[in-house]
Amino acid sequence: MLTANFPILEIPSRGKRLAYLDNAATTQKPQSVIDATAHYYREQNANVHRGAYWLSQEATALFDQTRVQLANWINAESSDEVIFTKGCTESINLVAHSWGMNNLSQGDVILVSRMEHHANFVPWQQVSIAKGASIVEIPITDLGEIDLEAYQNLLTGRVKMVAIVHVSNSIGTINPIKKMIAMAHKVGAKVMVDGAQALAHLKVDVQDLGVDFYAISGHKMYGPTGVGALYGKRELLDAMPPYQTGGSMIRTVSFEETTFAALPDKFEPGTPNIGGIIPWASAITFLEGQNLLEVAAQEANLAQVLEKQIEQINGIRVVGKAAHRAGIVSILADWTHAHDLGTILDSEGVAVRTGHHCCMPLMKRFNIVATTRASFGIYNTMEDVDQCVAAVQKAKRIFG
Amino acid sequence: MIEDLYQELIIDHARFPQNRGSLAAPSHSAHQYNPLCGDEVTLQLLVENGVIQDIAFEGQGCAISTAATSIMTTLIKGKTTEEAKALGQLFRDKITGNAEIEDLGELEALVPIKEYPMRVKCATLPWHALLDALRSETT
Repeated sequence: MLTANFPILEIPSRGKRLAYLDNAATTQKPQSVIDATAHYYREQNANVHRGAYWLSQEATALFDQTRVQLANWINAESSDEVIFTKGCTESINLVAHSWGMNNLSQGDVILVSRMEHHANFVPWQQVSIAKGASIVEIPITDLGEIDLEAYQNLLTGRVKMVAIVHVSNSIGTINPIKKMIAMAHKVGAKVMVDGAQALAHLKVDVQDLGVDFYAISGHKMYGPTGVGALYGKRELLDAMPPYQTGGSMIRTVSFEETTFAALPDKFEPGTPNIGGIIPWASAITFLEGQNLLEVAAQEANLAQVLEKQIEQINGIRVVGKAAHRAGIVSILADWTHAHDLGTILDSEGVAVRTGHHCCMPLMKRFNIVATTRASFGIYNTMEDVDQCVAAVQKAKRIFG
Repeated sequence: MIEDLYQELIIDHARFPQNRGSLAAPSHSAHQYNPLCGDEVTLQLLVENGVIQDIAFEGQGCAISTAATSIMTTLIKGKTTEEAKALGQLFRDKITGNAEIEDLGELEALVPIKEYPMRVKCATLPWHALLDALRSETT
């Protein structure tokens, strides 16, 4: 059983069996990642890229190995195209500042979809303000899908960047990013894909997608928190100035000038999160051992069963009905607020997220303030679905 | 027990809040917003000679914040601003864990929220709005 690999699932929550349905926020960690973390601090801890001693060499080799493994996992042409960051948010900020501040000017257009997480929205909004560019919404349909016709019409020669989420964190839509990237490239625009929700559920091939920039989160793919990566095409990353400066990212420093290191070091100043990046490799190894197509189908099936059962309850509806959806169900009850529902679910051991899910423009699109969101991961079972449905029924009894 | 929190009194106040609406000529007002969950409340007061003569609120939020606001308005109407502030302080202290505090009447219904620290802000939101309002001297 897969669940046996995840010790936290054995720990009761408020005295009840834990039904962990907040995987879009963060995934639980398999034993191998936990072990690798402890092993690193017990036997491998040293700073990377600088020690003149054996232990530092070993840590450096392991650190670089994660980069190679991740590059292979997403099929990057070279591991130099994989920059370690502290997460998706930093990856996107890196592009918005380094690429955006140097490639955008007055009159340029940035297209941002209505379903973006604030992480792929606010950085572009701030850069557009600084550069006099404008930020334009790619609208979505009532089902929660990108309006491709509207997108096509928005693609003019003035569009320099398209920011799009691969899998929506709040309503689960899997966007047709390969097609959208090809469409953007026809007008010469670059594309920034927020892949936070994708890697744990989909096999991502950056070369096949043709994507320019792809942001990756470690902790949403069964890895440690505090680690992420940016994939970028080499010619783009080469042309970009550093995002942050300091140690490790230089070639030479003098009072007159500083020259910068080559990729990937140019974008990795300071001591990285070594104790997170090395165990991240174990999470990738864990995913390599899974049939992701089957996993995604199983997660989507659990989400569908939950949706079907929960919609039988009076006054409940699900927001986001895209044809291609990951295992995410965003619930609205007309008899209670999302937070009250979340608290009652919590009292029954069901862990869900409530609120706007860092997608306020999306919430506004549907004229809502908050939803109660259940999101599935590799270890979830029908027992979790049943527990969640029973808890919603209990809430219904309380609120009448 | 979750039923201790979502008891009839809370659900009644959430469903049929007291003093919902607006005042024609408030002397004090404030708006409070909880970005974490989107709860918001606009509170209006009519204070004369240091006494809260009238009070009204508008806003949207969860059952806890709506009930907490409704209960607060019923309790502080007719009290002096100093008495209202003191009551708010006792309430905040009690739901953040000070069990020594005397019985606070209807506010006791909200005390079980202390088991859910992430929801405490829902119950204290109107009291924060009250402090903001009393600091304001609006038209």
